[in-house]
Amino acid sequence: MRESLSKTGILTREDLGESPGVPSEERMAKGPVAYIECMEEIPCNPCEFVCPNGAISVGKEIIDLPVLDENKCDGCGLCIPVCPGLAIFIVDKSYSEEEALIGFPYELLPLPEVGMNVYGVDRKGKAICKARVVKVQNPKRFDRTPVVYMAIPKAFALDVRNLRFMEEEE
Amino acid sequence: MNKGQEVEFVFDGKRVKGYEGEPIATALLASGVKVFRYTVKSGSPRGVFCAIGRCTDCVMTVDGMPNVRTCITPLRGGLIVQTQKGLGSWGDTR
Amino acid sequence: MIETEFAVVGAGPAGLSAALEAGRAGVKTLVIDENQASGGQLFKQIHKFFGSKEHWAGTRGIEIGNRLLMESEKAGVKVMLDTVAWGIFDGGKVLALKQNEGIRRVHAQNILLATGASENALAFPGWTLPGVLGAGAAQTLVNLHRVLPGMKVLMVGSGNVGLIVSYQLLQAGAKIVAVVEALPKIGGYGVHASKIRRMGVPILVSHTVKEAAGDGKVERAIVTQIDEQWHPVPGTEREFEVDTICMAVGLHPLAELAWIAGCQFAYIAELGGHVPLHGKNMETTIPGLYVAGDAAGIGEATAAMEEGRLVGVDVARRLGRLSDREAEMLVSEIESRIESIRSGPFGDMLREVKKKLIERRG
Repeated sequence: MRESLSKTGILTREDLGESPGVPSEERMAKGPVAYIECMEEIPCNPCEFVCPNGAISVGKEIIDLPVLDENKCDGCGLCIPVCPGLAIFIVDKSYSEEEALIGFPYELLPLPEVGMNVYGVDRKGKAICKARVVKVQNPKRFDRTPVVYMAIPKAFALDVRNLRFMEEEE
Repeated sequence: MNKGQEVEFVFDGKRVKGYEGEPIATALLASGVKVFRYTVKSGSPRGVFCAIGRCTDCVMTVDGMPNVRTCITPLRGGLIVQTQKGLGSWGDTR
Repeated sequence: MIETEFAVVGAGPAGLSAALEAGRAGVKTLVIDENQASGGQLFKQIHKFFGSKEHWAGTRGIEIGNRLLMESEKAGVKVMLDTVAWGIFDGGKVLALKQNEGIRRVHAQNILLATGASENALAFPGWTLPGVLGAGAAQTLVNLHRVLPGMKVLMVGSGNVGLIVSYQLLQAGAKIVAVVEALPKIGGYGVHASKIRRMGVPILVSHTVKEAAGDGKVERAIVTQIDEQWHPVPGTEREFEVDTICMAVGLHPLAELAWIAGCQFAYIAELGGHVPLHGKNMETTIPGLYVAGDAAGIGEATAAMEEGRLVGVDVARRLGRLSDREAEMLVSEIESRIESIRSGPFGDMLREVKKKLIERRG
């Protein structure tokens, strides 16, 4: 396991830079794309099977890390709820001039409401910016793993991976 | 897990609500009870520990019968549950 | 005396899978379980499982449990619930049961002990205070009975149980003040740790709980950093205000019946402690007496199911319900699935250790 991950439970930007599941800046600027933060050899492959475009490959050795083909990926987000490690996200740096869109799994109640202002939270659990909830998906086929999409200032697109409701910060 | 209907039982003389069929222990925990008994030698407080009927930390006197493992014994309306002191004694339903 | 061809103690994933496999081949099978419902620990695993598509990866433990139960019912597997198998006699051929207030006996040529595991405990000053409980116990209370043991929790142990139960307690509305881990690195999967870190839970490696304090119940936990010799580092004590301390410090096999029957054991730390020696077909050193699942060494639910299947197939073959050829084919399929479950750095160690165990049994 990566040094940082095994000591702190967090993948660093350097770690993720070496991940085969992370898209290029170029691709993220074009539209929504999967951002897979899976860097440990665990026998697992539901992501490979759920992708309708075949953009994720794990292969015969299911302990291999998932590899993202960013050109085949259209950012549909079906991979987000199916990952047992809740380690897949959607990043869209083309959302607007100033904002990026982040899609992430959120298995807590109450679910946020569309239009709500919340905090964007980083991998350390720290609120680092304001965010606006844009979409909340919770269809039956996601099997109780809702997916939340929120708009954040573009600069935080590589860091924000969770939300926190605003009253909680008091 | 299917919770039955809400029922009332008696704990140390007080009326407490719970769901029929759930373990007595969880009805007690839900009403804020943490201490289930006091040990024989040192009189130390004990509560739920393993929650699956193996360790006997949660035993209480139920309807006069001592040493009942409350974490696996289903609640029924009208049960008389008491904090057990030491080994407890039979027929004690005060 | 109840007569049957195959008696299974434990209606968890290993036991039910064995009964299914044997039942399908026409073996008269009886499953015994001390709980009020089948499924073992499966119904407490509300998270999605890892693994491959064939192992229902991405499916929640409860769903896997439901499917197993449905398939068992379809295959006509009989389960005696609320029944404790408290003794084993006659060279591992007779089980003594307690049902309500009565005693019954079961005679079977083949018996499987799929009795699972028990949580370990960690002793420290104040560990008997109400509010200190096993992480598995907390999981049972929250996932099965929908009750929280408390609102502010210190989790001791960062293996998968500690990390997953922390997440489930958070989902239930509790606060996890910290996860402490005695080793200098996190024990469980990185993704499980990342999940709770981004929910704001600190994970402190090289730390342990020193003391639980409070008036008749847990009110405070004192945590300390420890060095490579496991000694507390002076001056690093921290106090947390908590009402609950969960211990996620490992599991050990519940193989008492195997011991009583006279099976040979080995002490293997990686498998959780004392484990009955068993062969590739999961048979112990007593002919006709098998073990599978956590009772045969702590592992995953999916591996437990496969081990159970190995037993079901072997029993069916023994009784002539499956030809040697049919059995061989099934066994090789099952073994290749077990290989794939036990791969990667986590699985490699388990596979090696199980191999040694099987060699020792000879």
